[in-house]
Amino acid sequence: MSFLDPVRGFGVTFSHMFKKVVTEKYPEVRRPPAPRFHGRHILNRHPDGLEKCIGCELCAWACPADAIYVEGGDNTEAARYSPGERYASVYQINYARCILCGLCIEACPTRSLTMSNEYELARDDRQDLIFTKEMLLAPLLPDMEQPPHPMRLGRDEKDYYIGALTKPGTSIGAEHAKGEGAS
Amino acid sequence: MGIEEKLPNGILLTTVEKLVNWTRKASFWPATFGLACCAIEMMAAGGARYDLARFGMEVFRASPRQADLMIVAGRVSQKMAPVLRQIYDQMPEPKWVLSMGVCASSGGMFNNYAIVQGVDHVVPVDMYLPGCPPRPEMLMDAILRLWDKVMHEPLGDRRRVQMEAVEPSATPPGSIPSSYFYNKAKRAEWEQAAKEGREEQLRIENWMREHSGAALKLEGKP
Repeated sequence: MSFLDPVRGFGVTFSHMFKKVVTEKYPEVRRPPAPRFHGRHILNRHPDGLEKCIGCELCAWACPADAIYVEGGDNTEAARYSPGERYASVYQINYARCILCGLCIEACPTRSLTMSNEYELARDDRQDLIFTKEMLLAPLLPDMEQPPHPMRLGRDEKDYYIGALTKPGTSIGAEHAKGEGAS
Repeated sequence: MGIEEKLPNGILLTTVEKLVNWTRKASFWPATFGLACCAIEMMAAGGARYDLARFGMEVFRASPRQADLMIVAGRVSQKMAPVLRQIYDQMPEPKWVLSMGVCASSGGMFNNYAIVQGVDHVVPVDMYLPGCPPRPEMLMDAILRLWDKVMHEPLGDRRRVQMEAVEPSATPPGSIPSSYFYNKAKRAEWEQAAKEGREEQLRIENWMREHSGAALKLEGKP
C-alpha cells in the first residue's frame, strides 16, 4: 500500500473519459432487441386475408398463467373467417397475466399465433391490458381481403395448410429475423 | 389543496400548473421496493447502459419519506401486503405507484393463496407494466408514460372539474408508447391511427416493416 494507490484509483475512473459510452438513448433511439425476443403476440392471416386461427384453444391450454381466453365459433358458407370448420369468435390475451414465455406459440398448430418484438405495453388501466382479437390480428396487406369471405386459395383447408409452407401470409414477418429465411 | 383553490382560473394558473407538474416529473425519486426478479431489471435500469439518471431519478431512496414514486417490483405476498401499505402511507404527497411486472399487476402466473392478486388491492396504482420480468426499456417506457400523466395532473379540485369537462381525446395522457411519443413523425402517425382505432395494427405494421422488409416484399408490399 503506497500513497500512490488512491491516485491510481482515480486513474481508472479518469480512463473512462476516453471510453465509448454504453448508455442507450432509449425513447429517441430504440435499439432492436434480440431477433427472437418474446414481445406482444400477433394473430396471423393467410395470404388472402382469412384468419389462421381455428379456435382450437391449444394456446389457452398451454398457457401457464391462464392469460389466454378463446371462444370457438363455426364457420358457415355465408360467413367464413378461417379455412376449415371453426374459427375463434372471441380471442383475448390478458397482458396483466401473460409472462411472454412463448409456450402458446409453440402449441399453435397453424402458426396462427406468433410473437413480435414489441414491448412497450404499459397501461394505466387493467382493462386496457386485455388485448382483444381486433387488437391482436395482423393488419391487412394489399392483396388481402377483410373476412368473412369464401376460400380463395383452394377448395378446402388442406390446400391452405400445404400452401402455407411456401406462402406463409403474415406469419413470415414474425418467424424470421432480417435476412433470415426470406428467400 | 391550498391557495390555488382561492385563485381565479386563467392563464397564470395553468402556467403555474405546468411549472409545478414539470418540477414534479423532472425529479421523480423512486422508493426501492424490489420484491423479486423484477428488482434485478430495475437495478439494471439504474445501471450504466440504461441509466435512469438521464430522467433525474437515479437516486433510489431507501426512505419512503424522500420518495415520490413507488415501483412495486415483484410479487407481493399476503404477508408483505401490510408492509407495502405502510411504506405507501409513509410517502409524502404527491405520490405515484408503478406496478412493475405481471405479478404486481395481477398476480401473474402465481394464481394462488400466497400472492396478492395485484397490488391495486392494497394501494392505488397509476401505471401497470406487464412483462415477466419487463426489460429495462419497458420500465423506462412505463416511467415516461407516467411522466405524461403527471404533466396533465390538475392543480386543485376546481381545475380537475374543468379538465374533466373537456372532451376526452383519442390518445389520453400516457397512452402513446414512448418510442412514438418522443418522435414527432411517429407520434402524428400514432395519433392519426388512434382516431381510426387501429393503433395496435400500426404497431404490428411498423414492426413487420422494420424486421422483415424482405419478407413483406414477397407479399407485394414495398
